[in-house]
Amino acid sequence: MHLNSLTIDQVREALQQGHTTAIRLTESFYARIEVEDAAIGAYLTLSKERALQKAARIDALVSRGEQLPCLAGVPVGIKDVMATRDVRTTAGSKILANYIPPYDSTAVARLEHAGAIVLGKMNCDEFAMGSSNENSAYRPVHNPRDLSRVPGGSSGGSAAAVAAGMAVAALGSDTGGSIRQPAAFCGVVGLMPTYGRVSRYGLIAFASSLDRIGPLAKTVKDAAILLHTIAGRDAMDATSADLPVPDYVAELDKPVAGLRLGIPREYFADGLDGEVRVAVEAAIEKLGSLGCEIVPISLPHTEYAIPTYYLVATAEASSNLARYDGVRYGYRASGVQSLSEMYERTRDAGFGPEVKRRIMLGTYALSAGYYQAYYLKAQRVRTLLARDFDQAFQKVDVIVTPTSPTPAFKLSEKTTDPLAMYLADVYTVTADLVGIPGISVPCGETTQGLPVGLQILGRHFDEGTILHLAHQYEKNRAHGA
Amino acid sequence: MKVAEKDVLYVAALANLELSQDERQSMLRDLNAILNYVDLLNQLDTAGVTPTLQVAEPIGTEQNHQAVQMREDELYGLRPSLSQDTALANAPASHRSFFLVPQVIERS
Repeated sequence: MHLNSLTIDQVREALQQGHTTAIRLTESFYARIEVEDAAIGAYLTLSKERALQKAARIDALVSRGEQLPCLAGVPVGIKDVMATRDVRTTAGSKILANYIPPYDSTAVARLEHAGAIVLGKMNCDEFAMGSSNENSAYRPVHNPRDLSRVPGGSSGGSAAAVAAGMAVAALGSDTGGSIRQPAAFCGVVGLMPTYGRVSRYGLIAFASSLDRIGPLAKTVKDAAILLHTIAGRDAMDATSADLPVPDYVAELDKPVAGLRLGIPREYFADGLDGEVRVAVEAAIEKLGSLGCEIVPISLPHTEYAIPTYYLVATAEASSNLARYDGVRYGYRASGVQSLSEMYERTRDAGFGPEVKRRIMLGTYALSAGYYQAYYLKAQRVRTLLARDFDQAFQKVDVIVTPTSPTPAFKLSEKTTDPLAMYLADVYTVTADLVGIPGISVPCGETTQGLPVGLQILGRHFDEGTILHLAHQYEKNRAHGA
Repeated sequence: MKVAEKDVLYVAALANLELSQDERQSMLRDLNAILNYVDLLNQLDTAGVTPTLQVAEPIGTEQNHQAVQMREDELYGLRPSLSQDTALANAPASHRSFFLVPQVIERS
């Protein structure tokens, strides 16, 4: 069985026809991780006992001839920012090095309820803050397509594991591009659903008005199956939307002719790598040949998205990360004399440099005298960004752009300049700020063999259209692009 | 320069961070670079523009109006919660049913 290309449907079929068992499949994934992951670093923690128990249950269903749930036996990885009961959850941070959650996040519980096997927890930037996975407090992740390069971030472990055949699919989280950008860098599919589409109960909070959970997978169809499994109202998350969840898979094969694709000129300006441009323009041409209408548009406030993002996200992070105080869970500094000394020394030793930088920036932006000038200003500009999209979506059905301005960069290339790293998210952050869904789907390679991602953004709660378009692109590209 | 070293110390205290001497210097440099960059936002006139604090609020699309609803103001009854033992299991220090912390009130 080719673990590299294995999809959800193939797992089901193999189990149903008795070609393998869930236990054998799980063990073969662990064997592969054992061999491959030393060089890649995608996993932080393996949950073998739990995985093999779940696999045994699937095998029992098969042997009784019962109907298999939709993700039966599918080995998945979970970004280490989602709580997993009795399985260490670190958020890529030393401050949570020994944290054992007493409950499961809803997204994980829903995957397991549908038969998925959780292999382990995926490496990521500390508290999901980063674009290269180099902010993990444990180890960097190497891009399986070129080990000298980053896998993207912050869901770098999730993307790398899927690309290297160390999981059939994975869950990631996206606050500024953290699902789509690593998906593009590693050559896999990454889907960020609409804000509110998927419950965040059990997601370790970074920026609460932005954070979203979504799948990384090898195919658009797998992403659609996973979204369908995890989406929908959850009483444990007040921000989860009480809207019906469509059957995304059933809609994948509708024709795309007549769909109006907006191409924002600001996403093809200076700073876009030449080879990325060529690949993305070829993909747009392909979509045109399938009968889509290509409509040039403008999103005039695009250049303001990154500064807006770094004020909003850091302000929210400074508040969310106040809970790491060494009292109820996580690391506590030893040998301290007073409570305030404990707080300071715990947080100083427990957080890494980028997390401290963002806490400092966010605290400053919220502090007396600066709240209006920075935090509220950014939230007002966020409204202007939302209006850009509202106006665009009156003329077009989806917006098509590159996912990232460059292919995967080298490790250490951007670590000394925080601003240069922030600009890696220039095409992804706006969708986070305005709450709309987006998908990155592979659209070719550079001459050096580095994957390029095509980003498709849709209207609020219209994941159906972006999945459907991405699927048709994927299918037709495979057939002689 | 937007921020001076004393501002870094003030903000670090607000955030309960100690910061080493080296960290203070790099923080000073990075915060100034980032704050200079975000000045870009001042090119925009946002007078009269409502801040978007939360995208789950209606922001203009029909569908979004019904997306997030308040639940009825009713007590659902006592929902199961973590046992005391479970809630304390991750604590760095505990005593009986309490989280244990260093002395809070200084003796004079």
